Amino acid sequence: MKRTVFRNRWLPYALVAPQLAVTIVFFFWPAFDSLRLSLYRASPFGDRMIFIGAGNYERLLVDPAYFRSIGTSFLFSALVTVAGLAVALLLAALANAKISGLAIYRTLLLWPYGIAPAIAGVIWLFIFHPSFGVLPYVLSFITAYQFNWFLKGWVALVLIVAAAIWKQFGYNLAFYLAGLQAIPGSVLEAASVDGAGPIRRFFAITFPLLSPVTFFLFTLNMTFSFFETFGLVHAVTQGGPGEATSILVFRAWKDGFEGLQLGYSAAQSVLLMLLVIVITAAQFRFAEKKVTY
Amino acid sequence: MASTSPIAGAVATAELAGRLPAARRRDLSGPIAHAILVVSVVVLAFPLYYAFVISTQTLDDVTSLPPKLLPSTHLAQNYAEAWARVKMGRLLLNSAIVALAVAVGKIAISLLSAFAIVYFNFRGKQLVFWLIFITLMLPVPVRIVSTYQVISVLGWVDTYWGLTVPLMASATGTFLFRQFFQTMPDSLAEAAQLDGAGPLRFLWSFLLPLSKANMAALFVILFVYGWNDYLWPLIVTNRPEMRTAVIGIDSLIPRTSQLPEWNVTMAAAMMVLLPPVIVIVVMQRWFVKGLIETEK
Repeated sequence: MKRTVFRNRWLPYALVAPQLAVTIVFFFWPAFDSLRLSLYRASPFGDRMIFIGAGNYERLLVDPAYFRSIGTSFLFSALVTVAGLAVALLLAALANAKISGLAIYRTLLLWPYGIAPAIAGVIWLFIFHPSFGVLPYVLSFITAYQFNWFLKGWVALVLIVAAAIWKQFGYNLAFYLAGLQAIPGSVLEAASVDGAGPIRRFFAITFPLLSPVTFFLFTLNMTFSFFETFGLVHAVTQGGPGEATSILVFRAWKDGFEGLQLGYSAAQSVLLMLLVIVITAAQFRFAEKKVTY
Repeated sequence: MASTSPIAGAVATAELAGRLPAARRRDLSGPIAHAILVVSVVVLAFPLYYAFVISTQTLDDVTSLPPKLLPSTHLAQNYAEAWARVKMGRLLLNSAIVALAVAVGKIAISLLSAFAIVYFNFRGKQLVFWLIFITLMLPVPVRIVSTYQVISVLGWVDTYWGLTVPLMASATGTFLFRQFFQTMPDSLAEAAQLDGAGPLRFLWSFLLPLSKANMAALFVILFVYGWNDYLWPLIVTNRPEMRTAVIGIDSLIPRTSQLPEWNVTMAAAMMVLLPPVIVIVVMQRWFVKGLIETEK
């Protein structure tokens, strides 16, 4: 707590006013409105809203398509986060040496962070293009299997996972490298003298010491893959083929803005809100307990 | 939640810039490290290189097999075509306005509220703090339809107000500045008061210059965020001339029934992706340094 404070009756309120105004008008009002709207559905002519209680939620909870979206979202996020981080950590651990030119490598790793998910998606869309893309062309020499994402849902999922990982990978790698460089060599040497092999040393010392970095990157990638990949799905796959890449945020947007089922979309928003609250709470508990800083 | 990155990022970024000595290893580790990093850098660069190459080719080059992986002669034509087709000038201008306004607005608003929270005691301070904190749990995707309705009630659809103001609240920015101000020695404010400086003079002449690194760090993150955001501009704009560049590219993606003019698409992609990438590369030192400052 600061001891030195300024005395002024109205100034502090004036200072927080802009932040509070935006917060209340654009965060709290819509959030409460989502709650309210989720209890209604539009009349057949769309001219008025009819109160239906928990009807939208009941409909969601028996909609197999919605459950598929939940599965798709978690699979997508798990692939981007876990696979992305595991490979980054592996490479960082292998590349952990006192070498020159780290600053240059850092620059060459960090730039993809600046690319919009939608733009990354457009580039990977062409790489995966069934007729002209370089990837299906190369694969055609290995197997006769048609890697056509227009037709095969799992290829479409791999496509958006690849685009998402591409954007995040260098960033993850750079942070792991920095985290590893910050681990005092003496600790590892001591373990080495005690007879611990490289794999043992990694799991007993390196990995626990890296937990703050892992925690930070995990949260960042999870949030990114859940909430910031809307543009990727919208621009590239439109949730398809079928519903193979219809992640939760995309479905909520589509039902609201294309299907014009405002109440149904609002109910999905409310469930997403609960998810965010659970994740945030878990995050803070985890940050308190498990992470060695 | 949706933007925890700056604060937590600071922790890892501090290590990113730290150069603590690594263990002495066998001689091979150096070359292996270089090899892994070079391969990573090349693999990461390939999609961008490929996009650039396509953006210089003719339609015949693009559709030929095997894929041509060397630049061709049509660079100027493709970029001009992409520029004209979606009115790229206007889109890039919109993106620049949005990214700058969101970044500057967020920094200003967060700075002021952090200043109030740290340097004043006032009734309801705890409540204000919690209201700001809770916004972490309410990113745009969890209130899609309702936020649009608010914008439409305000008459802000298809306006720069609608594109920017709702994104300006920032719990992360507020916490970052709060944390930073709390590390300032009390003597600073005392000295200012002895000099007869009021709170605003103190903010302007003392705190602001000291916060430069933090502001630069936040600026990079927020500029990139504002430029690349997709969902928000998609929701609050209908007229093509109010769309941002990232969304504008959507209409240039050749669909099944259209000519596969990927050379034009990639030319547009290159133009849209360059500004935020340049900001990251150019301001990288500030970005890293600024985040470290907040950890001291």
